[in-house]
Amino acid sequence: MRYLFPIIAFGLLIGVFIKGLDPERDLNALPSPFLGKDAPAFDLPKLKNPSERVSSSDYQGVVSLVNVWATWCVGCRQEHEFLKSLAQEESVPIYGINWRDRREDALEWLDVLGDPYIASGYDHDGRVGIDWGVYGAPETFLIGKDGTVLYKHLGPLDRVRWNQDFLPLIQEELENIK
Amino acid sequence: MKARLVVIALMWLPSMLFAIDAGKAFEDPVLQQRYEKIIEEVRCLKCQNQTIKDSNAFLADDLRREIRRLLSEGKTDQEIFDFLVERYGQFALYRPAMNGITLVLWVAPFIFIFVGIIVVYRVLRKRSSMPIDLEDEVAAKELAG
Repeated sequence: MRYLFPIIAFGLLIGVFIKGLDPERDLNALPSPFLGKDAPAFDLPKLKNPSERVSSSDYQGVVSLVNVWATWCVGCRQEHEFLKSLAQEESVPIYGINWRDRREDALEWLDVLGDPYIASGYDHDGRVGIDWGVYGAPETFLIGKDGTVLYKHLGPLDRVRWNQDFLPLIQEELENIK
Repeated sequence: MKARLVVIALMWLPSMLFAIDAGKAFEDPVLQQRYEKIIEEVRCLKCQNQTIKDSNAFLADDLRREIRRLLSEGKTDQEIFDFLVERYGQFALYRPAMNGITLVLWVAPFIFIFVGIIVVYRVLRKRSSMPIDLEDEVAAKELAG
C-alpha cells in the first residue's frame, strides 16, 4: 500500500509518454474548429483567368475537396501527383486555393506539373486563408453536400490517408443524403 | 572616438532592418497600446512557440494585418479574440478561455504545487519525529559501512 501513490503516478507518467512520443502524432496538426460546421465562404479571382471568379457556391450540393496550396510549399509538391490521380478518377471535384503565392509561379507550376483542379482561386494576400484558419499548406478540406466541413487534413495527402480518412466519410455522406 | 560611435551605430542597423513592425501601426496611442497587447496574446500557429508579435512568418504578418484591420473597424479586444478562436481554435490564444478542454491547463499547475507541498510536509514530519540518537545511529552505521 505504501507504494500505491508512486505506482499510480508512474502509470500516469507512462501514459503521457506513450501519447507524447507516438511517432504517428503530428505536432503541428490541430483540430480544425470548422469540423462539423459550415465551411467559410470564399469568392476569389481565378488563378488562370483573373476576370472570372471561383467561389464556395460553385461546389454547392456536391461532396468536394478544397485544397490549399502554394508553389513555395514542399508538401504541395509531394501530394501533387496524388491529387492528379484523384482528379483522373473523377470521384470528387477538387477546388484549389492558391495561397500567398505569385501568379506567374503558380501558373508555371500548373503548366509543368499538371492541373488537378476544377479551378484555383488566387488568394494573394492570404485573406481567405485566414477565414479558413489555414496555417500551413498543404491543407485539404472535405466539404459535404450541405457545405459542412467533414474533415480536414494537414500536410501532404496520399493514397493511404485518402483510403483511411476520406473515403469512409465520403461513402457515409453519399449514403446519408440519398 | 567618432569612428567608434559610427561603428556602434552601424551595429544597431541590422536589428533595425529586421525589426518586425517598422514604425507604429496606429497614430492613436490608445489603439497602438491595445494592438501591442493583443499581438502578445496570440500564438503564431506556424511557429507554435512564438507570439505573432515575435514572429516573422508570413502567417503572423497576415494575422497582425487582420488585427489592425479589425481594430481600425472599432472591434473590441474580445471580438478580435473571438474572431481568431472561430478560425484557429483556442490554441491560437496564449491564455485560452476556461472550458472543459482547457480546464486541465489552468488547474494542473495548482495540483502539482499541492501534491509537492504534501510530499514535503510528510517527509519533513517524518524526519523531525525521528529521535535524534536514532538518526545518529543510522549515520554511524552508514559510516561503518
